[in-house]
Amino acid sequence: MALFVGLIVVWQLAVSLLNIREYLLPSPMAVLRAFIEPETQWWPHLWVTTLEIIGAFVLAGGVGVALGVAIAWSPRLASALVPFLVLVNTLPKVAVAPLFLLWLGYGIVPNMLIGALIGFFPVVINTAVGLSQVDPEMLDLGRVFSAPKWKIFAKIRLPNALPYILSALKITATSAVVGAIVGEFVASQKGLGYVIITTQSSMNTPLAFGALVWVSIVGLALYGAVVAIARWAAPWAEATQ
Amino acid sequence: MSNELIDLDGLGMTYAADSGPVEALSGIDLKVGRGEFVSLVGPSGCGKSTLLRIIAGLRPATRGSVRVAGRPVTRPIADVGMVFQAPILLKWRSILDNVLLPAELAGKDAGRYRDRAQHLLQTVGLGEFAAKLPRELSGGMQQRASLCRALLLDPPLLLMDEPFGALDAMTRDEMNLELLRIWGETGNAARKTVLFVTHSISEAVFLSDRIVVMTPRPGRIAAVRTVDLPRPRTVEVRASAAFGQLSLEIFRTLTGS
Repeated sequence: MALFVGLIVVWQLAVSLLNIREYLLPSPMAVLRAFIEPETQWWPHLWVTTLEIIGAFVLAGGVGVALGVAIAWSPRLASALVPFLVLVNTLPKVAVAPLFLLWLGYGIVPNMLIGALIGFFPVVINTAVGLSQVDPEMLDLGRVFSAPKWKIFAKIRLPNALPYILSALKITATSAVVGAIVGEFVASQKGLGYVIITTQSSMNTPLAFGALVWVSIVGLALYGAVVAIARWAAPWAEATQ
Repeated sequence: MSNELIDLDGLGMTYAADSGPVEALSGIDLKVGRGEFVSLVGPSGCGKSTLLRIIAGLRPATRGSVRVAGRPVTRPIADVGMVFQAPILLKWRSILDNVLLPAELAGKDAGRYRDRAQHLLQTVGLGEFAAKLPRELSGGMQQRASLCRALLLDPPLLLMDEPFGALDAMTRDEMNLELLRIWGETGNAARKTVLFVTHSISEAVFLSDRIVVMTPRPGRIAAVRTVDLPRPRTVEVRASAAFGQLSLEIFRTLTGS
């Protein structure tokens, strides 16, 4: 926190002492002014971007866990899915953004999809790994009692995978923000990314910084929520993280 | 009903490795009576653990036959409690819920076993730790909990694979006494049959009715020794001349000297 405050002070001093022009680097005060400027209608932009980020996060989490479970459940599904997923993951997903917009048009949904596409892969991998990284002797114990596969899954494999899934979701929380903003850069009429893009022509750099502050607030809030949920849902994993 | 619980006849096991087939066990003939405490000692890699898994029906033998309670073992037998070298408790479950796991896995009503689980934990001095998570307990306490888990469904047969091998010497001695107490306290009629794998000769002598000494790979039975030390085994028994003599003989058989 002290470091953070110090940085802001240095920033303010540097801007005023070196007389840096506002369109290059606005001072913290100028950013604050833009941030609380009543004329800027933040709410609709904030709302759209938040919706996209949350949508991307939920989609990436849901699809990621589902694919991870499928891979861990059936070796046949794994051999069919894994090469395809690896291929998808090697694509620079940001580059696919224009195609999504071409196919799906403007709006919240394509931006959600871009965010989800960027963020789902670690969830798949961590889910699959967490489900299979079970002590073989634990599984012997399950076999001794002729426990059905689903029961081993529900009582042993899935709780075992939970910390893995939650730590992947922390990465996904960040990727979802990237995806939403990139989508808005490519084409949008609303959203914080849209605000940033429009400042390019208006040279209103303080406004761009104001939007950045909002983006990081949303990003931090989501990340914080995931961390809090992880602590609550898997307290036993705390020591290992 | 025959008096044998376990009957191994010409048992052998060969498994495929990258370098070709490896013979892990060969020509094992062994009968273990009901209520008997039998230890398997032998060098690392002599197939002791494999043998336990074959008896539990977790792995198939490639030659010979395995019978438990007169029935050929073709798949996992449910009437068995297993204790491994690591406690392998589920780290998200409380100690009590870990002990109850076999009931849940076997599709029984875990609620009906709560009292028994609590009682078992009490007998090993963990009564107050029932609600704790495994990581809050020491290694020895975790292994006690794992023993309770093996005993939950009151199986007639206990298969123990170096259960105290990872514990320090003092805790191990303590656990040996505790195991004998639990094993003996039900009286001769209801005594469990125990098959106990260990690296420690003195542990085997201290605990067992009989000791099976195995050879290096492929594991064969080198000798079977009856331990005629008096029960209950106490610390004094451990210090007796007969104890030392028997340990020495087993050591000699093991090392072939």
